Amino acid sequence: MSSFLNLFGKTPLTRRRALWGLLLIAPNTIGLFLFFGWPILQSFRLSFYEWNAFNTPRFVDIENFQRLYDDPMFRKALTNTLKLVGFVVPLEMGLSLSLALLLNQRLRGRILFRTIYFLPVVTSTVAASIVWAFVFQRRYGLMAAALEPFGYGDLNWLVDPDLVLFPIVVVTVWQRIGFDMVLFLAGLQNVPRVLHEAAMIDGANRWQRFRHVTLPMLSPTTFLILTLATISSFQIFDQVYIMTSRTIRGGVGGSARTLSLYLYESGFGQSSDYGYASAIAFILFMIILGITILQLIAQRRWVYYETESGE
Amino acid sequence: MMQKAARDIPPSYERVPIPLQVISYVLLFLGAAIMLLPFVWMVSTACKPPQELTRIPVTFIPENQVCRANLDGLYDRVPLFNRYLLNSALTTAGRTLGQLITCSLAAYGFARFKFPGRNILFALCLALLMVPLQAFIIQEFILINDLGWRDTFYALIVPGTFSAFALFLLRQAFLQIPIELEEAAMIDGANPLQILIYITLPLSVPALAAFGVITVQAAWNDFLWPLIVSYSPETRVLPVGLSFLIGQRNTPFNLLMMGSFLGTLPMLILFILLQRYFIEGISMSGVKR
Repeated sequence: MSSFLNLFGKTPLTRRRALWGLLLIAPNTIGLFLFFGWPILQSFRLSFYEWNAFNTPRFVDIENFQRLYDDPMFRKALTNTLKLVGFVVPLEMGLSLSLALLLNQRLRGRILFRTIYFLPVVTSTVAASIVWAFVFQRRYGLMAAALEPFGYGDLNWLVDPDLVLFPIVVVTVWQRIGFDMVLFLAGLQNVPRVLHEAAMIDGANRWQRFRHVTLPMLSPTTFLILTLATISSFQIFDQVYIMTSRTIRGGVGGSARTLSLYLYESGFGQSSDYGYASAIAFILFMIILGITILQLIAQRRWVYYETESGE
Repeated sequence: MMQKAARDIPPSYERVPIPLQVISYVLLFLGAAIMLLPFVWMVSTACKPPQELTRIPVTFIPENQVCRANLDGLYDRVPLFNRYLLNSALTTAGRTLGQLITCSLAAYGFARFKFPGRNILFALCLALLMVPLQAFIIQEFILINDLGWRDTFYALIVPGTFSAFALFLLRQAFLQIPIELEEAAMIDGANPLQILIYITLPLSVPALAAFGVITVQAAWNDFLWPLIVSYSPETRVLPVGLSFLIGQRNTPFNLLMMGSFLGTLPMLILFILLQRYFIEGISMSGVKR
């Protein structure tokens, strides 16, 4: 008994502090376990079961994954998601870095510009998608008006399977630029001035300083944003759900269906195929876990940290 | 010249030669116009009569401004629109207050107390940050169903009152506070709860504000989770209500824009008033790790 008590500290005071600590963390920790930890563990298990809302769960080994492998809808959703990631991430990062570099200069109205670029971030994705759905409306939308002079006013953006991913890319990038820009700006502010000054004394021009001072010093931020952007692009849901809800949800022939939308449709659509949906979720999770691990490895190898400091 | 540059430059912002300034302004204005255009378009369309929706060329300032009529039209079509707003407000308030309580307690516990398993527990909490909701949303739904919480405010609020992100953010903030202040209070006989409430929290107001605006914003705009657990109009939050509205294919776009405008307005106002904390919160969560 006394050795058990010793776990909590050597003196009555440290024991009391330990007890207080446990008491303080208890509500959030128990809640996190109950509503996040436990369901996460259960989800993995569920992906090996056949279960819809009506029957009892039945263990089917890897059958769900075999079904996924042969499912053309799943392949389409995976391809669409990869395409979205491929378009969104570079665009988002390039544009937000450019804006951050522009705003990192001594200019009048910096704060005003920052406010404007950040506005879409606080807008609900649902509202934003509704507005952009109207912008991309055939013939009467803003996009049609802008392209009319070039003879492309009649494009059916939200219906044509070859075009439908474009509006989704646009709304996603539009909504995320401000967020990344703020992170990039914070990163740029952390680049020590002395390095720039040293480079200037060595005769480096603006571009050389950007290439050899700013970029390497910014690499931790860049990697963080790259990871966040990739992970959230793999989860695109709201935009597709809303923008294609007037025609066919998920686009004609599934041309806009993403992994998340397919997961939603499998689990909560007419079929309520919980096991199958969990298998999709499992794949999605593995992809995201993979990216996170890749980022951690890459960070060790390439990213330049000025000093290894703690808190 | 070099000397002057080094001396004049304030800590962070670089001085720019005039031609580069001109180019920068042009690009910044262009970017700002593109970012703002959808908002302008939303407001302008929200005040257009139906005939002007399909007019070519498009107009930004409606000839006949019918804001009021469109507002009435929206409420005719969605009589419960105010209910959705109220539901969103209740859910947002519940989640934010809940997180404020559970996460500041836990953050304080992790920041200032030694107990067995502390590091492992904290690492496990942080690991949750890497798992997106979509990876376990099925099981989360089943759990809510088993609890009998489907289509209730419990489903909308309770899971959102626990957060690994807020725990992380607040712990960082608490660690910045000089421990001597807390020790002085302890010597005066204050218990940890009193110290947290009367010393640590008041000293963390900027961090709390940053946490608050980010949490409020995320809760107000949340869509996927309420879409899954809410069935009846009584528990419908605004984004879900809007999604139903656009799903009805005959809803004209002027009413949709009015609805989107009303749903966006609270967050825009909040942001304009408290933008410092939004920016700080994001920078804090991203860079100072």
